[in-house]
Amino acid sequence: MKKKSVATLLLLSMAASLFAGCGNGGNDSAADANKTDSASNAAPSTEAADTGDDAAAPAASGDGAVYYLNFKPEQDQQWQDLAKAYTDETGVPVTVVTAASGTYESTLKSEMAKTEAPTLFQVNGPVGLASWKDYCLDLKDTDLYSHVKSDDFVLKDGDAVQGIAYVIETYGLIYNKTVLDAYCKMDGAKVDSIDKINNFATLKEVADDIQSRLAEVSEAAGPDYNLAGAFSSAGMDSSSDWRFKTHLANLPIYYEYKDKGIGETDAIEGTYLDQYKQIFDLYINDATCEPAMIATKTGDDSTAEFALGEAVFYQNGTWAYQNIIDAGLLTDDDLGMMPIYIGAPGEENQGLCTGSENYWCINKNASEADIKATEDFLNWVVTSDTGRDSIANQMGFVTPFDTFDDGYTPANVLVDASNASIDAGQTQVSWNFSTIPSEGWKDGVGAALTEYAQGTGEWDAVKTAFIDGWKTEYEATHN
Amino acid sequence: MDKAIKRYFPLFALPTLVAFTIGFIVPFAMGIYLSFCKFTTVTDAKFVGLSNYAKAFTDGTFGHSLWYTALFTIVSVLLINVLAFAIAMLLTKGIRGTNMFRTVFFMPNLIGGIVLGYIWQLILNGILANFGRTLVYSATYGFWGLVILMCWQQIGYMMIIYIAGIQNIPGELIEAAKIDGATAPQVLTNVTLPMVMPSITVCTFLTLTNGFKLFDQNLALTNGAPSDMSQMMALNIYDTFYTRQGFEGVGQAKAVVFFIIVAVIAVGQNVLTRSKEVQQ
Repeated sequence: MKKKSVATLLLLSMAASLFAGCGNGGNDSAADANKTDSASNAAPSTEAADTGDDAAAPAASGDGAVYYLNFKPEQDQQWQDLAKAYTDETGVPVTVVTAASGTYESTLKSEMAKTEAPTLFQVNGPVGLASWKDYCLDLKDTDLYSHVKSDDFVLKDGDAVQGIAYVIETYGLIYNKTVLDAYCKMDGAKVDSIDKINNFATLKEVADDIQSRLAEVSEAAGPDYNLAGAFSSAGMDSSSDWRFKTHLANLPIYYEYKDKGIGETDAIEGTYLDQYKQIFDLYINDATCEPAMIATKTGDDSTAEFALGEAVFYQNGTWAYQNIIDAGLLTDDDLGMMPIYIGAPGEENQGLCTGSENYWCINKNASEADIKATEDFLNWVVTSDTGRDSIANQMGFVTPFDTFDDGYTPANVLVDASNASIDAGQTQVSWNFSTIPSEGWKDGVGAALTEYAQGTGEWDAVKTAFIDGWKTEYEATHN
Repeated sequence: MDKAIKRYFPLFALPTLVAFTIGFIVPFAMGIYLSFCKFTTVTDAKFVGLSNYAKAFTDGTFGHSLWYTALFTIVSVLLINVLAFAIAMLLTKGIRGTNMFRTVFFMPNLIGGIVLGYIWQLILNGILANFGRTLVYSATYGFWGLVILMCWQQIGYMMIIYIAGIQNIPGELIEAAKIDGATAPQVLTNVTLPMVMPSITVCTFLTLTNGFKLFDQNLALTNGAPSDMSQMMALNIYDTFYTRQGFEGVGQAKAVVFFIIVAVIAVGQNVLTRSKEVQQ
């Protein structure tokens, strides 16, 4: 009995010391926050003092190391190779860890709590930055920032540059050029050339027409084709639902922002929700599968349908290029990308959706030596031949850095389509979904879309999730 | 003997005690502390008092997940225990191939929850596709899918515990009852059941807490779809933690509430079934 009470006492005291430990941690962070504030108020003397402070402890211990927590699983191998190349060249150890798809935030949260925290991590835009801004180093004086072509590609908090985009991506309606061309030549085709599809009404006419005579169109397109629908399945599985609850939702948000001349809002009105409905209706009705089945369709399903010639249209972006080509049927000549027309006024001159949700941030809590090593590594990535070759040719990224202008552009017809759209003077649609207040909003809209599609819910639920959801999520995350 | 135990107590107990402290007591205490904090990473927390709890209790999805979980637990506890006991009875009758059957029934337990979840998702969606439906068509489908999955996984395990209990019943008790003219149902209710009461306590405890804590299978099978309607409490906590920035503490507060609920129910169940146990 005595032993027991001793043990209990021991445990209690351990627990108590733990509480004390946590308490200290809390105080530290408060102090940190103050430091950030003073730093972002941009008094040079304070900043200098700051750096001195941080450098004090570990800088003496030798050279720094880089630890990059990568967001894009598709490019994991290339990053590993690049890290190895850098280590071989300079001797600086670079660790690259890639979070599994869809788990970046949770991985980052646990990694950042460790002693060996990532020195380089990513945020997805202003909303992502909000949770991490206390950890972001001001990149204003880095070499990396000096290579960025425009401030459109950086995330700022006041004057401080907290995140720098490293890949610019474009999405739209990827289409099968061969099939569409063949369709245009058919009797009774609604348009005689692909260029004529420049608004929602025409897109719908064409899609409806193709859907109504799939066998005929397949025959006209050639023996490789066996069309099952105009659009590939609008899968609402978590591997695919972001195409609709985030990327497609960007269009009504974009037009509403544009009308009001704003860049973000605490309450969306949903003025373009009718257009959102008609494009989503088109996606699910003129598709390769029944609307009730989309809940379980995955991203791979949808890509495969398009890449294997079962669908003509496929909403996705430049990053999907490699997967489509890898399937083996389609070649560069078969691919094109057109803007997503939702029926907004003046959309004849609407372009593709171009932006970034991949911003590099340097962990300001890392040691001075590690910060220096990370800055050097990033500079090497965007200036050295090895780095540029890897980014542009192997990863296939279009970057906002001026160092890539001399020939380092990826071979990707979808990127070409995006450049053509810019050259043609179309108005590029910006990525406003980075101002969506939370993941919770996207989940709400996604769930409502799924239920609407399978017939267990009404469109009103989407409206509620879109408008009221925005308000409640905004309030929940801003107080 | 007593002395030896006392002398070696630290040697034997300390490693476990240390592991228990690091792996359980520390995270548990930290978890409780964090439920009163606003934080992004667990090492960097700011005390905010009870506001997390206020948000947790005003969240409608938490209430829904609570009753959905409770309903699931009741159904699964009943089904798993009744079926496991029935199979245990069959497999103690000495029929041919008893050992093989025991192995087969036990095997699903060796597969992890996430894997099982995805396998059953494929199977059930494959069946439902014939009717133009999917598992996430409504929460009812997800509910029964989860019940089927959990029965498949857990019946074998509980069966082993029941078999051990049944084999422990002294043969003379049953023999005596039969000589006294008891029918098979009477033997079952008056001899077998009271004698396996300790097994029932253990199995009910395990199925009850498993039901409440269920996470992997729920995540893999439906991930709460449609519209969080098939979301159980553990998944609700997880989602709260990750879907909204600044809500980590709210998730933590829910976790503490969740712990209290499960602890109260589990202790209550233990007291209740223990009281029914008989001495030989």
